Amino acid sequence: MSATDIQDPNRRDFLYVATGMAAVVGAGAVAWPFIDQMRPDASTLALASVEVDVSSLTPGMSLVVKWRGKPVVVRNRTEQEMKDGEAVNLAELKDPLARNANLPADAPATDANRTMPGKEAWIVMVQVCTHLGCIPLGQEGEFGGWFCPCHGSVYDTSGRVRGGPAPENMSVPVFQFISDTKIRIG
Amino acid sequence: MSEGHSTYTPKTGIGRWFDARMPLPRLVYDSFVAYPVPRNLNYAWTFGGILALMLTAQMLTGIVLAMHYAADSTLAFDSVEKIMRDVNSGWLLRYLHSNGASFFFVAVYIHIFRGLYYGSYKAPRELLWILGCIIYLLMMATGFMGYVLPWGQMSFWGATVITGFFSAVPLVGEWIQQLLLGGFAVDNPTLNRFFSLHYLLPFMIAGVVVLHIWALHVVGQSNPTGIEVKSKTDTVAFTPYATIKDAFGMLVFLFIFAYFVFYLPNFLGHPDNYTVADPLKTPAHIVPEWYFLPFYAILRAITFNIGPINSKLGGVLAMFGSIAMLFLVPWLDTSKVRSAVYRPWYKLFFWLFVIDAVLLGWLGSQPAEGSYVFMAQMATLFYFAFFLVVLPVLGLIETPRRLPNSITEAVLEKNKGGGGGHPARATAAPETKS
Repeated sequence: MSATDIQDPNRRDFLYVATGMAAVVGAGAVAWPFIDQMRPDASTLALASVEVDVSSLTPGMSLVVKWRGKPVVVRNRTEQEMKDGEAVNLAELKDPLARNANLPADAPATDANRTMPGKEAWIVMVQVCTHLGCIPLGQEGEFGGWFCPCHGSVYDTSGRVRGGPAPENMSVPVFQFISDTKIRIG
Repeated sequence: MSEGHSTYTPKTGIGRWFDARMPLPRLVYDSFVAYPVPRNLNYAWTFGGILALMLTAQMLTGIVLAMHYAADSTLAFDSVEKIMRDVNSGWLLRYLHSNGASFFFVAVYIHIFRGLYYGSYKAPRELLWILGCIIYLLMMATGFMGYVLPWGQMSFWGATVITGFFSAVPLVGEWIQQLLLGGFAVDNPTLNRFFSLHYLLPFMIAGVVVLHIWALHVVGQSNPTGIEVKSKTDTVAFTPYATIKDAFGMLVFLFIFAYFVFYLPNFLGHPDNYTVADPLKTPAHIVPEWYFLPFYAILRAITFNIGPINSKLGGVLAMFGSIAMLFLVPWLDTSKVRSAVYRPWYKLFFWLFVIDAVLLGWLGSQPAEGSYVFMAQMATLFYFAFFLVVLPVLGLIETPRRLPNSITEAVLEKNKGGGGGHPARATAAPETKS
C-alpha cells in the first residue's frame, strides 16, 4: 500500500466518528426512559384537583385535605387573626413575596395577597413547612399562626414565615370558590 | 510487598489442572494465606474483616426478609409486623438486620477513625482511602433507604426531610426532588423505588469492596508505626497470624452485637417507627438513625443566610461538605509522618475531633432550639477547622518524635521494655508484653 492511498480524513476516520456519534445519541436515547420513569406517573398527576365542602367551617375553624399527597389547610380566620395579618409591616418579612399561585409571581406578601379577593377570611395553603417539608402545627407559636416542630420555623396568621430556618412563606395553591361553600383546589 | 512472587504450588492433580486453566485457588492463596502483613498490626486493624462479615450478614438477612416483605405503602407496615409475629424466626432475622445496620456503622466508624489516627490515607494509599469513602457514601444511602421500608412515622418523615434537601438546590431542585419521590410527596412510588435501590446498593458496595481490597493488596497495609515494610522480618504471613487475630476480633464484635439483638433489640431504633406512617401528621421531634446524627446536627446548625446562600441551602451544603472533607483528607494533611503515635499535637487534635464528632451526634438528637443551636454551630466550626486548618497547618509546624528505622526495630524496642519509643509507659507497666 503506497502513501497516496491514505487520504486525510479517510474512510476509517469517517466510520470512527460516525459510529461514535451514533453510540452517543443511542446511549442518550436509551438513558432517557430510565430517568423519565422516575417522574410522577399519570395516576399521581391525575389526583391534581380536589373539591372541598367548607360549609361547616365557622370562624376559627380549619380543616385539612390531602392534595397531591400533601395536606392543604382551609382555615376560616377570626377577626383578630385577620387584623394581626393586616397589621404586619411588609419590611419585617423574611420572604417579601406572596407565594400565591393565583397571583403573579412577584406579588408582595400582603395579607390580602395571601387570600382571595372578597374572601379575605379564608386561608387556603399547602400546610408544609418550606424548610424540609414537615407539617407545621396550627395556631401555635409566637405569631398565633403556625409553628413547625421539626426545626422551629414560625409562621403568622396568613402563613408567612416569620422566624426559623424556613426560607419562604407557605405556598397558596391554585384554588377557587366554585360556590359559597365549595372550594376546588388544583 | 506489592507484587510478591507467588509461592502457591498445587499439591493434587485436580489442583494443577485447575491452576493451569483458571488460577482462582492461587489468587485466594496469595491473597489470604501467603499474603504478608506487617507484624505489628493491632486490633484496630481487624475491622476490615469485621466489615466484610457484616456486609455478608446484612445481605443474607436482607435477602431472606425480602421474601416476606411487601413494598407497598398499604402493606409495608403490616408485612413487617407479620415478619415479627408470624414468620418463623422472623423476629430474629429482622432484629439481626436492623441492629446489623447499626453495628455495620459502628465498625465503619472505628475503621475510619483508625485510618485518620494512623494516617492510613497518605501516599500511596489515597485511592484506597477514597474507595473507602465511596463505600461509606453507599452505606449511608443504603441505610437511609432501608430505614424507610418499615413505613413507620420516622421512616416517612425521615424520607421527607432528607429528600427535602434536594429542593434546596437552585433552579432544578424541585425537579430532582420529584424525580426521587416519583410524586409531590413521599408515597407509594417512593417506597417502591427505595426498596429496589436498597436491594441493589449492597451489591454495588460489594463491588467497590473488591476494588478497595485490590488497592489494599497493591500498596500493602499500613501499620501503627506508619513506617513502610522494608524487609521480610517486618511481616508475618496472613494465615495464621492475621486470620486468627481477625477471627478473634470478629467473635468479640459478634458477642456485643448478639447482646443488642437479644437484649436491647430496639435500643438503637425509635419508638415512633412503630406507628404507621401518616402523611398528615409530623412527629413532634424528627431524628434520623443514630449514625446520621452528627451530619444532621451540622445541617441544622446553619440557621443564618451566608451572602446569596439562604440558610436552607447553606445547611445542605454544610452537611454534604462535611462528608466531602473526608475525600480531601489525603491532600489536606501536609505532614510527612503518618502515624499519630509520633505526632504529639496531631494526637491531641485527633482526640478532640473524636469528642467533637460524638458531641455533634448528641446535639443532633436534641431539639434545635436554645443553647443547643449555638453549641452545634461551635461544634460544626471545629469540625471544619479540623480538616481545613488543623490538618494543613499542623503538618508544617509540628515537630514529630523520632521515628524508628523499621517496624522490626519498633517492635523489638517495645518488647525490650525500655528504650526509645515509650519509656514512660514501659516503666508504668513493665509486666505487659504487648
